[in-house]
Formats: sequence, structure tokens, C-alpha cells
Amino acid sequence: MAIKDSTAVDVAVDRFHPEGRVQRPSGAARRRRILRRLTPYLFIAAAVALLVLLTYWPAANLLYFSVTDWDGLDQDLNYVGADNYVRVFTDPRIFEVFYVSLYYFGASFIQIGLALYFATILSFNTRFKNFFRGVLFFPYLINGVAIGFVFLYLFQPDGTLDTVLSWFGLADPPQWVGDPDIANWSLAGTSVWRYMGMNFVLFLGAIQSIPSDIYEAAELDGANKWQQFWAIILPGIRRILGLCFVLSIAGSLSVFEIPFIMTGGANGTSTFVIQTIQTAFTHRQVGIASAMAIVLLAIVLAVTFVQRKLFPDEKVDLT
Amino acid sequence: MTTIHSVPRPGARIQRVTVGTAKYLSLVIAAVVTLVPLVTVLFASLKTPTEYGSTSALTPPSNWFNFANFVTAFDSGKMLEGFANTAIVLTVSLAGTIFIGTMAAYGLDRFEFRGKRLVFGLFLIATLIPGVTSQVATFQVINGMGLYDTKAALILLFMGTDIIAIYLFIQFMQAIPNSLDEAAMIDGANRWTIYWRIVLPLLKPAIATVVIIKGIAIYNEFYAPFLYLPSEGLISTSLFRFKGPFGAQWEVISAGTLIVIVPTLIAFLFLQRWIYKGLTSGAVK
Repeated sequence: MAIKDSTAVDVAVDRFHPEGRVQRPSGAARRRRILRRLTPYLFIAAAVALLVLLTYWPAANLLYFSVTDWDGLDQDLNYVGADNYVRVFTDPRIFEVFYVSLYYFGASFIQIGLALYFATILSFNTRFKNFFRGVLFFPYLINGVAIGFVFLYLFQPDGTLDTVLSWFGLADPPQWVGDPDIANWSLAGTSVWRYMGMNFVLFLGAIQSIPSDIYEAAELDGANKWQQFWAIILPGIRRILGLCFVLSIAGSLSVFEIPFIMTGGANGTSTFVIQTIQTAFTHRQVGIASAMAIVLLAIVLAVTFVQRKLFPDEKVDLT
Repeated sequence: MTTIHSVPRPGARIQRVTVGTAKYLSLVIAAVVTLVPLVTVLFASLKTPTEYGSTSALTPPSNWFNFANFVTAFDSGKMLEGFANTAIVLTVSLAGTIFIGTMAAYGLDRFEFRGKRLVFGLFLIATLIPGVTSQVATFQVINGMGLYDTKAALILLFMGTDIIAIYLFIQFMQAIPNSLDEAAMIDGANRWTIYWRIVLPLLKPAIATVVIIKGIAIYNEFYAPFLYLPSEGLISTSLFRFKGPFGAQWEVISAGTLIVIVPTLIAFLFLQRWIYKGLTSGAVK
């Protein structure tokens, strides 16, 4: 599709009525032509209106609130310049929650590793393949609140986890969610349980789209499964793997549901998003909360930009 | 589907058996780790309060048909209201998403117009904006429209934030040949008729995918109903409110949790193929 650059005529080029057609500018014809120019805009109007109203207008407002001291209620708000941003980066109570993201970031490596392992072995000939695929994937579909309760129950003192550990002779287990030194590990583990299936299914799809004759050729050349993994599978899914790593950075910065549902951010498990939400809706400091939201947005955009540079939409060439 | 048939080589047999055992062992362990948390919740939900207090989490219930906790959860937990509200919000939002999304996709795929690239860019960048934090400002918009604490707020939000759906529709529409449109045009059909009579019916598979994927997403959505609809419950928020009144009554909380999970399980068992396909195409644009 070539985009016709018609600078002189502000017009929507309708493929079936190209411009060159001569038309007497009678009233009816003119109305029809205007309508035709408007047609594409009418089709996209609702979607664009909602996009602007619910995404870009709030985003612009965030920028505006972030340089004020607004509390979300009063009519008056004062311009405070970059004060809010300075606070976001200097107030230890705000900034230290970034460290909590590191637990989830670390966990995401385990998550991607496990997903890659299971996707690889299930792409080879395996019994009960669909059963295992279904079981590993299903947690991703479960309601977040339900997952929160399932794991709160699992982590209870004398609960499932403690009972299982006692079978292996591990008495005196810690308070999995109550102890601030342990809580973040428990929550990050829950997050791995929840999201691993999604990475797994993505990897499995990518591996299965590699043409099977490549494996057959490798088999004939005497390559074992391990060599096939390094030489065929890994390069074949490089792009999706890169995408998952980058998404895990953005994901670990915006962790929200699991800690919010399970601990409400108590015991040192508060994340940046929980902190932002509480600043805005509990402490009524919309100005600072907006600055926090903008900082997060800037980081996510930067990460995505780097990802696009590192892993452009290339077709992987295996031949 | 790619399956690799190993060519038997002498000497490699023993090694292959060990590797095979390790493979199945790891799969079984993974399945156990995935299922045990859910199974223990099932155990707890079928126990009486005294039984729950006196048995370990991994002891199966004595009576597998003790549904008393489910009745308590459903009644006192107001889960019926949650399901009804979720159904309303789900239906209206899905219908809205489909109409708005297919129309936008039709406009973007079948026309050339000024500002098209800009619109594409706007949609693309919007996928990157983190959802929860921007609620700080979205809340003010919804509140300003007088929609706070109404289901309309949720419906509007769910309709307005679905960019993935538009991409899926566009992807699918590119496969519908233009000659169909042209033929209809020659027969005198206008653009709306073409969209409504020709393109929309052909988009059925894409619509089904969007209904499933977005349906699950709305069913699971927690923060939007928590923030925008405090006085009523959607299914997530009804369950979340178990935290207070049922405090340590884990047998009731477990029952409520399962009531939320079971519809997802049923949907998954029947729609597996669509779910895998939809999620994969949605994630890798």
C-alpha cells in the first residue's frame, strides 16, 4: 500500500474513487465527496476518542499534576517545579521500594529458565504432552485474588508448605509471609508460579514454528539433543526470548497484584506501584504520586526503546 | 506440530533411558508443584471447621461431598452479586470492544487517510503505558464524568484500553482479500454495508479470539473494580472482601477461591486451542 502524499488536497484517498476522477461540483456530489473523505475518520472515531480520553488525556494530566502539590480534592493547586521529582529520587521511603523489584527481577530469570526448559523438552516427543502443557499453563489464567488466597493458605504456619518440608526433616520453618526477610522471596515465588506458563507457551509456540526438517538434518549429522538445543532452538527463538527478558524488567518494576492482595504491601513487600497508589489514594498526595507514575513510565519507555534497538523485528534465518 | 523422532544409535540407549527418566521426573515434579497448592485448597474447602482444625493441610477431607462451605461462601460472600455484576460488565464491554475495535481496524486497514500513521503510533505507544499507575490520573477523568462507583466506569475503561484487540483485528483483516470489498462496491454497496455485511462476518474467528482472551482478562481484573466500584462487587472484589469477615476461616475462603477458579478451569478445558492461539498472537504483535 503506497501512501499518496497529496499535500495540495487535504483528502482521504479512497482506493476505489481515486482523485483523478472529474466531478462537477453540484451540491449532492459535493456532499457525497465530503462524506467520502470523512468515512475513514468516522470508522476510527470511537476508538481514537476512547484512546485520547482514557490514555493520553490522563497521561497529560499526570505530567501536569507532577509539578504541583495537588491533593486530589481542593480547587487550588500550586506549582512546585521539580520538587516532586526530587522527592521521588531522594526520599528513601519512596526510592527503596525499587529494591523490592530486584526480587521479582531475579525470579523472572528463574521463570524464563524454567519456561525454556519445559518448552524444549515438551517440543520433543513426549507422552501426555497436552496434559503437561495444560497443567503448566493453567495458573496463568487463574484470577489474581484466587492465587493470592491459594498461596496465603500454602504459606500459613503449619500449612501445606510447612507440612511438606517437615516430611523432609525441615522443622522450624520461617514465617513465609510474615517475616520481612523472607516475605519478598515467597511473593516472588508465587509470581513465578503464576506467570511461568505464559513464557512457556510463548517459547513452545516459537520452537514449534521451527521447520522440523532442520532437526532431522541435524539428527542425520549426528547432533545430540543438547547440540540441537544450542544450534537450532536457541537461535530460533532468540527474538521471543529477548522480548521476554525485556518485558520482565518492565514487569518487575510494575509488580502490583500479588503483593497488594497477599500482604497489602506490609512487611517490606511494598512495590513501586503499590507505593504510588497509596500515595495518591491513601495519603492524598496526587502531585508526588503523579511524579512517581511519570518516572515509571519513563523507565518502561526507555527499556522498550532499548529492546527495539537490540531485537528489531527480524526474521531469524536458520539456513 | 513438530515432533522429533530419534534415530536409534547403538550405545546411546542407556543414556537415552536415563535422560528420558530425568525428563519425565522433572515434568512430574513440575505438575505436582503446580497442582498441590490447588489441591490442598480443594481439601480445605470440603472440611468441616472442626475437621479443618484437627487435620493437616495434606489430609484429604473425610466427606468429599461436604459442600457446606461453598454454600456459606456463595451466600454470605455475596458471590452471586459478584457473578451477576461481572456478567453485565463483561457482556457490555465485550460487545463494545468488538464494535469499536472492528470498526477501527476496518478504517485503518482499508483506507488511506491523513493522520493514519499518527493514529497507528498513538495506539502503539499506548500499549506501553503501565496500567495501574496511570489510574492516578484516570481516576480524575472518571470522577469528573460523574461515573465513580458505577459499572459504567468499568465498562468504559475495559472498552477504551483494548489496543491488542485492534491489532488482532487488523492482522486478520489483512487476510481478507480487497477484491471482496471491490465486488460489493461495484454492486453499489456503501462502506458501512461492506463493513457490516461482508467484513464483520468474516472476522468471526478473530472476534472469538478476542472474546475469549479479553473475557478472561476482565474476569480476572482486580484493581479497576477495586478502585472504581467500591460499593458493589465484581467477582475479584467479592472474593477479596473475604479477607475481613472470614478472617481465619480458611475452609470458607478456600471454597470461595474455588468458586472463582472453577469457571476458568471449565473455560480452559473447552477452549484450550483458542486460548493458546489468542494469547500467543496477542503477546507477539
